[in-house]
Amino acid sequence: MKKSVFIGALTAAGLAAGFASAGTLEDVQAAGSLKCGVTTGLVGFAAPDANGEWEGFDVSVCRAVAAAVLGDGTAVEFVPTTGQTRFTALASGEIDLLARNTTWTFSRDVDLKFTFVGVNYYDGQGFMVRKDLGVSSATELDGATVCIQTGTTTELNLADYFKSNNMSYEPVPIETNAEAQQQYLAGACDVYTTDASGLAATRATFEDADAHVLLPEIISKEPLGPLVRHGDDQWADIARWTLNALITAEEIGVTSANLEEMAKGTNNPEINRLLGTEGDLGGMLGLDAEWAKRAIAVGGNYGEIYAANIGEGTPIALARGLNAQWTQGGLIYSPPFR
Amino acid sequence: MSDKSFVRTEMLGEQAPPLTEVGIVKWMRANLFSSVSNSILTLIGIYAIYYLASHLVPWFWYSIWNAGSLSECREIREAAYGDVPSACFAVITERWNQLLFGFYPQHLYWRPVLAFVLLFVALAPVLFNNLPRKMFIFSAIYPFLLVWLIWGGTIWGPMAVAAGFVVGWYAAKILGDRFGAIAAVGGGILAAIIWWMFLAGPIAGGLSSVLPIGIEAVTSKDLGGFMLSVIIGVTGIALSLPIGILLALGRQSNLFFIKSICVGFIEFIRGVPLITLLFTASLLLNYFLPPGTNFDIVLRVIIMVTLFAAAYMAEVIRGGLAALPRGQYEAADALGLDYWKAQQLIIMPQALKISIPGIVNTFIGLFKDTVLVVFIGLLDPLGLTGAIRATTEWNGIYWELFVFVGFLFFICCFSMSRYSMYLEQKLRTDHR
Repeated sequence: MKKSVFIGALTAAGLAAGFASAGTLEDVQAAGSLKCGVTTGLVGFAAPDANGEWEGFDVSVCRAVAAAVLGDGTAVEFVPTTGQTRFTALASGEIDLLARNTTWTFSRDVDLKFTFVGVNYYDGQGFMVRKDLGVSSATELDGATVCIQTGTTTELNLADYFKSNNMSYEPVPIETNAEAQQQYLAGACDVYTTDASGLAATRATFEDADAHVLLPEIISKEPLGPLVRHGDDQWADIARWTLNALITAEEIGVTSANLEEMAKGTNNPEINRLLGTEGDLGGMLGLDAEWAKRAIAVGGNYGEIYAANIGEGTPIALARGLNAQWTQGGLIYSPPFR
Repeated sequence: MSDKSFVRTEMLGEQAPPLTEVGIVKWMRANLFSSVSNSILTLIGIYAIYYLASHLVPWFWYSIWNAGSLSECREIREAAYGDVPSACFAVITERWNQLLFGFYPQHLYWRPVLAFVLLFVALAPVLFNNLPRKMFIFSAIYPFLLVWLIWGGTIWGPMAVAAGFVVGWYAAKILGDRFGAIAAVGGGILAAIIWWMFLAGPIAGGLSSVLPIGIEAVTSKDLGGFMLSVIIGVTGIALSLPIGILLALGRQSNLFFIKSICVGFIEFIRGVPLITLLFTASLLLNYFLPPGTNFDIVLRVIIMVTLFAAAYMAEVIRGGLAALPRGQYEAADALGLDYWKAQQLIIMPQALKISIPGIVNTFIGLFKDTVLVVFIGLLDPLGLTGAIRATTEWNGIYWELFVFVGFLFFICCFSMSRYSMYLEQKLRTDHR
């Protein structure tokens, strides 16, 4: 059966190639499910639960887009990708959307030919040390042994930071976050450095979390966001404005609790435009009027998704910080729905 | 004189041997402390055992099997035992089905379990030759049954593929009667390929619309865990042996064309790490295939793993062939046997027997190599340990998952190794 499918597919190569250029939106609607690339597992951002249901902060983006496009937040085919496979998977069309805490950088955007549709989490590289080391600032880390994941941007950032501060360090290369936890706890290194969100999640798992501190310095900018392939602007717009809809919903006070009520019409024109009771924003995207309402209905607005997955009520307990709305002193800012 | 006896008149009773020459003391003196260096090594060994046991025994002894998360595990331990090292096997209790079956739908677990049990029924006639030969019929059906049970869907798909073999066989038979052996082989393969390419799909589709016999379909992305390892491992093992035999024979062939193809294939595959082949299967192929092609990832991996193992198998069997004295080949020629008869009756039985340890070695290596699929994002047992650790409940758990996965692999690999020893014992015909 499989063999015949394969050979049949090979012979129909030209036909299929013509079909695929019809546009990602049509492809997704024809398939009835969104193929969304996620990590193979990152605490708070994407992980399967005991029933195999994926959940997490990045997963919510996938579900919101699926709800906007297909009307069903569960119509997502999650494709676990590793750091090595993620870009090829997106470029080759194996996935339609990559929501895998990927840092928006110049070369990824321009050279690898992807379109980042926004930022759903502003991260940055931080340091964690044992409290009894008596260190209160990263500038005091001269000569320290540092656990660092190899082949990541964090490795390069670390080298830059120590060099520019005229300090030396001894790297302890490690492969995964789980391995780093073991090495750090076993005392193989004084310092563990990775994205601050990852450090907070790691620290939360320690038995004596209070014996470890995160240093105040953040040494890099890591804007994480979902991305799509170059060349299909309609699809990029859908992903971008779905994310913006979640952000705007928080800003103007639309939550999963009051969504139904607000969708009946309010005297705030922006809410009406967002939820489709006024204007035709959905039609411009190639979707129906209630696309944003469905996206918000899946997991609530940006703030609710944040609180449910990585916020202060969860064991990871990440404060909003940079990821607060711009009205609250953060960087989360959506262009207006107009 | 009689009162001056200096010759003992009665025998002394038997005495117990000196303490140093009996029982545990003698054994220890002979085996553990026979010299200074041995004594030192013994003491070091005892300390090493004590050191490991003092860490591992409490860890296992105080292990906790019922909790909802790592922190809950710690609370239970704190309440029950205080501050002691303790394994939190509750993660296995909660997630064992995921480690075994991946995301396979829970109400369909009976299907992989049934397929696993039937695997042994299918293997039995191959493994033990005192069983009725008719069981081979089931062994031949089993691969198609396996695909149907695991992936589900209509029954006509696997049947149409199976029918391809029948078509090929009949074509070979008809052509063979008229035009000879070479035409039979070529025609048979061609007929089967034509069937699979052009006829199997439509016929299976037509039959399933007329007579929809089928079970709930499961997609490859739901396969995972130990089941995925077993599927990849068993298919790879089953396919690599025959392909390996053909490659080994091809490498010894006098026909330049066949020989160069076989040598080229074997040397290429052996010169490339398995992980690059897997990356090719998962990433590079996507660029060559037209966008939107849905060429099953598990099938791609199985093909790559099979090719990889087949190349190694070919060299193992070539070792067996090389160990046969030249006289065996000449004896076969002298009896007037043709090439295939000679291979079947004289060469292969001896060469394969010699190669058993190497063959099983390759099997075990192949089975363990299946965990490399974690690097292309398939959730095999090791991939799932990462995914499980990524949930907020179980983040921070480490060894417990590895211990469980290692235990599963040990059972499989150890049984394979024991079976190969049994087989060597049974087939021993020499008088060394």
